[in-house]
Amino acid sequence: MEELKEQLVEEFGEKALVEAFGELTLIVESYGIVKTCLKLRDFFGFDTLIDLCGVDYLTYGQSDWDASASSSGFSRARSAQGDEDRHEQRFAVVYHLLSVSKNQRIRVKSYVDEDEPIIKSVTGVWSSADWYEREAFDLMGILFENHNDLRRILTDYGFVGHPLRKDFPMIGEVEMRYDETLGRVVYEKVSIKPNINVPRVIRK
Amino acid sequence: MAEIRNYTLNFGPQHPAAHGVLRLILEINGEVIERADPHIGLLHRGTEKLAESKPYNQSIGYMDRLDYVSMMCNEHAYVMAIETMLELEVPERAKYIRVMFDEITRILNHLMWLGTHALDVGAMSVFLYAFREREKLIDCYEAVSGSRMHATYYRPGGVYRDLPDKMPQYLKNDFRSDKELEAMNENRQGSLLDFIADFAKEFPQSIKQYDDLLTDNRIWKQRLVNIGVVSANRAKQMGFTGPMLRGSGVTWDLRKNQPYAVYDKLDFDIPVGVTGDSYDRYLVRMEEMRQSNSIITQCVEYLQNNPGPVMSDDHKVSPPKRNNMKDDMESLIHHFKLFTEGYSLPEGEVYSAVEHPKGEFGVYLISDGANKPYRVKIRAPGFAHLASMDEMVKGHMLSDVVTIIGTQDIVFGEIDR
Repeated sequence: MEELKEQLVEEFGEKALVEAFGELTLIVESYGIVKTCLKLRDFFGFDTLIDLCGVDYLTYGQSDWDASASSSGFSRARSAQGDEDRHEQRFAVVYHLLSVSKNQRIRVKSYVDEDEPIIKSVTGVWSSADWYEREAFDLMGILFENHNDLRRILTDYGFVGHPLRKDFPMIGEVEMRYDETLGRVVYEKVSIKPNINVPRVIRK
Repeated sequence: MAEIRNYTLNFGPQHPAAHGVLRLILEINGEVIERADPHIGLLHRGTEKLAESKPYNQSIGYMDRLDYVSMMCNEHAYVMAIETMLELEVPERAKYIRVMFDEITRILNHLMWLGTHALDVGAMSVFLYAFREREKLIDCYEAVSGSRMHATYYRPGGVYRDLPDKMPQYLKNDFRSDKELEAMNENRQGSLLDFIADFAKEFPQSIKQYDDLLTDNRIWKQRLVNIGVVSANRAKQMGFTGPMLRGSGVTWDLRKNQPYAVYDKLDFDIPVGVTGDSYDRYLVRMEEMRQSNSIITQCVEYLQNNPGPVMSDDHKVSPPKRNNMKDDMESLIHHFKLFTEGYSLPEGEVYSAVEHPKGEFGVYLISDGANKPYRVKIRAPGFAHLASMDEMVKGHMLSDVVTIIGTQDIVFGEIDR
């Protein structure tokens, strides 16, 4: 792993590489993703794309309860957090690569723009990216340029929204039932209310 | 002359050979498949979204429900991700118990696969025999966790409780005579470990039975040999792992290449195929069952001789002893905090993978320091395998689609998540 690290630092610079929990993360700009991936595949021997997923950092580091001790004791109100402690970029695409020949792993992370979450598709580099990119598009709304079949994959036909985004409610937007008079299935606004059983607490 | 065009056939989602809720849109020219477009997501339950809304320990049960024929292996990946982030030490005995149950699970999975695969291809009896053995292993699940399928047995820091000293026995009822009852309970007189040891002793004969029924069977070979051939390079390109990759001749097994738990201390072999067709993958999985059986025997031997704790004594993540809670304030607080708020992980991200019976099952966990995961991404092996469906069935006959679904070992719980 040390050897790989040195090579990566040489290729991508020291700033791009993060090591944590014994894993390497390479953070790259989204515009050069295909080039980076080709480099990783051909020169570093990462022959398999194990996983590809989108991450939404919208509520990163926010908690339902502010549990820090202050002079007036623990505050137990749900705190609305301002924009200042938001994560810098909202969306990231994360690639997990595996080199079967060299027995190495690496994680490649690329942030994409919030308003236009577009990144080049890596289907030309690894065939397995096809469905993973469809999944990231479906659940996270990230668009993959040059992907030739970017359809929804996991959600229902005609589904609206991207369910793994943090602003998509846990209970969903619509519910479905069979309407006797119309003789078909109809969609209506959800009638249940969101319920947090265990609040989200951050303890440092 | 009328023009002959391709036609489109809808296969599933309600079809016994679709192994759950797979909907395939097949474009067929005569009986030859030109294109296959799997529609998935009919079993999508939003496991990742649900896990984001719950404290870490409350999602272990969801992991069982992903690949619902290899429950404990899923849990293993998830608890390992948490343990890595907490840098938590797991007692040796717990690791052996986990490995033993991972291998029991592997046999459970492969028996299910073998039975249904053979059933799809036209051999009814293997299914019945496979379920005979599965029943015994499921009883082991029940003995250790109280549940026959969704065990929720692994915990960050170990396993929920130690193996029971007594194997549960069949009870008397109106439908069985005393003599029958005695025969049924014959191997259940001792502990769970004795029962498993007895199973491991008998199991090679059972495998031999399946072997006799299938391996040289003319129909079986006609249906499997040279069907769905995948080259080693294509297999890696398409993200294959597990038996699907090994069937194509690549020696890759996380248990050997990136050992976790105690796999580095155990002796076992990795079978690989040669041609990469369905028959090779069948042989690989059959041999894997034999190897798993040998691993189980080794684990039983260790566990019988080495008692010890099975759970970390870090009470931030593991519940304190009930007795201590009666007169120890700290234990009571630990218990209360653990079961209400849970525990927080340090900020960061981790990917932990295990060699699941179907391939590499990984959990990518991002934590922002809260008591719930910020993002959980489950890497299911079946997802990548099913994605290759189009390439694998192209040019094959309609009946071979069924063989290829079987050989891919598709389970929708993990694919749809």
